[in-house]
Amino acid sequence: MLEPVAIAKGVVKRFDALIALDGVDIAITPGEITGLVGPDAAGKTTLIRILAGLMSADEGELSVLDGAPGTSLEQLGYMPQRFGLYEDLSVIQNLELYAELRGLSTEEKPETYGRLLDFTDLARFQDRPAGKLSGGMKQKLGLACALVKTPRLLLLDEPGVGVDPISRRELWAMVKALTAEGIGVLWSTAYLDEAEKCDSVTMLNDGRLIYAGDPSGLTDRMKGRVFSAGSGTLDRRQLLAQLLDESEVLDGTIQGSSIRLLTRNEHPSLPGIHLNSLAPRLEDGFMEVLGGGPGGTSALADAYTRFDRTDAPAIEARALTKKYGNFTAANQISFTARPGQIFGLLGPNGAGKSTAFKMLCGLATPTSGTCSVAGHSLKHTGPAARQSLGYMAQKFSLYGDLSVEQNLNFFAGAYGLKKAAARNAIDKVVEIFELDSRMRTNAGVLPLGYKQRLALACAVMHEPPVLFLDEPTSGVDPVMRREFWVHINGLVSRGVCVLVTTHFMEEAEYCDDILLIYRSEQIAMGSPDELKAEAGRIAGLGDPTMEDAFIALIEASNIDTKNPRKAA
Amino acid sequence: MSSNLARLDRRRLAALIRKEAVQIVRDPSTLLIAFVLPILLLFIFGFGVSLDANSIRVGMVVQDSSPQADSLAQAFRASPYLEIEESPAIQPLRERLVANRIRAMIVIPQEFGASIDRRAPLPIQVATDGSQPNTANFAAAYVQGIYGTWIEQQGMAHFAPTVGVNARYWWNPELKSRFFLIPGSITIVMTMIGTLLTALVVAREWERGTLEAMMATPISMTEFIASKLVPYFVLGLGSMALCTVLGIVVFGVPLRGSILALFLLASAFLVPALGLGLFISAATKNQFVASQAALFSGFLPSFLLSGFIFEISSMPKVIQMVTYLVPARYLIPPLQTVFAAGDAWGMFARNIAVMLAFGAFFFFLAYRTTRRSLD
Repeated sequence: MLEPVAIAKGVVKRFDALIALDGVDIAITPGEITGLVGPDAAGKTTLIRILAGLMSADEGELSVLDGAPGTSLEQLGYMPQRFGLYEDLSVIQNLELYAELRGLSTEEKPETYGRLLDFTDLARFQDRPAGKLSGGMKQKLGLACALVKTPRLLLLDEPGVGVDPISRRELWAMVKALTAEGIGVLWSTAYLDEAEKCDSVTMLNDGRLIYAGDPSGLTDRMKGRVFSAGSGTLDRRQLLAQLLDESEVLDGTIQGSSIRLLTRNEHPSLPGIHLNSLAPRLEDGFMEVLGGGPGGTSALADAYTRFDRTDAPAIEARALTKKYGNFTAANQISFTARPGQIFGLLGPNGAGKSTAFKMLCGLATPTSGTCSVAGHSLKHTGPAARQSLGYMAQKFSLYGDLSVEQNLNFFAGAYGLKKAAARNAIDKVVEIFELDSRMRTNAGVLPLGYKQRLALACAVMHEPPVLFLDEPTSGVDPVMRREFWVHINGLVSRGVCVLVTTHFMEEAEYCDDILLIYRSEQIAMGSPDELKAEAGRIAGLGDPTMEDAFIALIEASNIDTKNPRKAA
Repeated sequence: MSSNLARLDRRRLAALIRKEAVQIVRDPSTLLIAFVLPILLLFIFGFGVSLDANSIRVGMVVQDSSPQADSLAQAFRASPYLEIEESPAIQPLRERLVANRIRAMIVIPQEFGASIDRRAPLPIQVATDGSQPNTANFAAAYVQGIYGTWIEQQGMAHFAPTVGVNARYWWNPELKSRFFLIPGSITIVMTMIGTLLTALVVAREWERGTLEAMMATPISMTEFIASKLVPYFVLGLGSMALCTVLGIVVFGVPLRGSILALFLLASAFLVPALGLGLFISAATKNQFVASQAALFSGFLPSFLLSGFIFEISSMPKVIQMVTYLVPARYLIPPLQTVFAAGDAWGMFARNIAVMLAFGAFFFFLAYRTTRRSLD
């Protein structure tokens, strides 16, 4: 085995009282992609910064490029989370700057620029300011800047975040090609499907190392314990809730119309359930290491108002269009979501999901078209419509400087709950989400799991029949994500209608119906299984994943229109 | 890494400065501060704000019908500094004073003429609008001055009021305050560029994560800091030159000293201004906090405590002590001298030395605070 380009043992890093890294080991082998895997706040960025010499470790042994971190910067390529690009500088000026700083000789320049522009497919855009590039293009340019002088060690901090799946795949292919030249790559990610493709993984959770080695080492342990489950009688949400309460079941998620189950043992006894064996994934291993998922019962749902499952639409959009000047941000979006249904808006960043979402919750006025929520037109009875929806914004937009109690009081007031009703509602969510010990803590310093609970509590206190969720669980660890979806599934069983926007495939699987938006247009609509089937037909894939389906459908729409919009 | 800190590679520095220059040119807000703001400031201070009190509206009641009272009233009417509004009674004028229609009110009392004849003049009454103290002072001073002159003309010089009259308005009534304001504006503009702009651009690099990427390249912090100083130093001088040209061409301010003196003074002032900006950005790493800190520690003292708007000698003693800590205090008097009088190298050298000492102190602080680390 080759000598590692970077090695760390027992790294500890504290920020005041918080322990960001607690005795972490890592080794990065040349010619391999090492995945640094974990949810937000697991300590990934801190470890990368320590390896890059940007932070010092409090304890531990480190050797990076045969020396202390920060001593061999000439041989290090580093791409921080925000790419480190100068937005006022053009593509070529950014490259030029990094080339000069890394001491690239004048003779090497033309060849290097040509190769990198070619490699990143940015040659056409070389005079465009970096600030005007799309997320995917910025990321490629960031990578190019880290590569101007071929490094021996390349550190990439969450290169896949905020980038659509197509760009993510392209980037992966680019980085994979680099390892062939013997570069050691550290790729940090919160996506376990991304980590699965790495040559080896280092898994962090809450600052602690929970697994290091070949990803298959973790998945192999799960062999024979992963099943697709079904029952003839129950609908999939009820079935999941029931199964999660079984002691035999470690974890379960909805995958389209079936359920993916992880059991404690190889031959579970689950009478009345049809089980088909499935290939294990890295996430199964991660769940096992974390001790399995939560139970299937949602106390929130049990205490929630029951809404009739009528055929009257809970959310209805008709030909919703939004124009900003010449730019059409959303064009002719039409769909209907019913009570007791989860409806997903799916699409890459900048496709128009947020615009559609804003119009539906009354934050933006449509240029044309109409929409209604719980029977109230947003145009004519906007306040009543807004009263009947609960909204949970991306990244839990709570007031960080207010305490948990103050946040709850504020949102109760904002949704128009009167004094006694507000008191009742707050007491109820505090009990359900076990927030009582943290009432005086500022929301900004809560652990991520509590933030998630508080954000959900604030959105549902007034028991709305319609719930809007904007990328509710991207970046949180799988256990927290399970807990969240147990509540949502429970609410849906009570007849609540949920609208969710996401570019996260995992969340898409929970939806009954998905509307795929791309370049402001709706390009496909159907249940996850229908979309997968259609994608399989178009692209000739057998058993495609949601991500495969997403990519296939988008690529098909590119061919259909034959009108690739000039990137703005 | 400490060995790294002192390195200065010409090629890397040139690349960084080029980058900074491109950013300045592409960022409209920088150019706005460097070139539009000075023009705006000059016009506001040159035309809009005037500390000269010519033509103050003053009400007057003449209760006496003697020729002496009439003569004094005529003296007030003839003053170019006062615009007299007469009334037969006090009450309507009092109302106008309260309503801010007039700034002061003069009452020439009954028996005034007779008292002059007796060579025991009755005092005239002057009421001013204390809610506008500056104007009120001017009005009172003008009235006293005119009254004093008139009494003198009556051959009763020894009765002239002994109250001191602000000499500034007397030794040269033609000297417009814009002659003071233009050197002051130059100081303000250079404070804005040196402190505010520098603090913002470095804090922006922290905020946007570009500095993090920079630190992972072989550059040294010295190179990084130098790359910030050079462009903003040049920008500060450019802006100073613009102010000077505008001052001379548009406002007719004389430049009696040498351009060299102007250049040396401005350069010396930019050292503490830039040093403070760097220190603020390194300490805050956040554009919003940096801008607040720059306003409070750079802009406001330069504006209020430098002798630009308020004369230092008329401040309370404690505040006067504080003004010694404001670098701008050492720029404004020599600048005024360069413009209005000429070169006075002894005075310039002293002030330049103090400014450089402040600069050295701020740079020391900035150097201590700027670390090549995210800890």
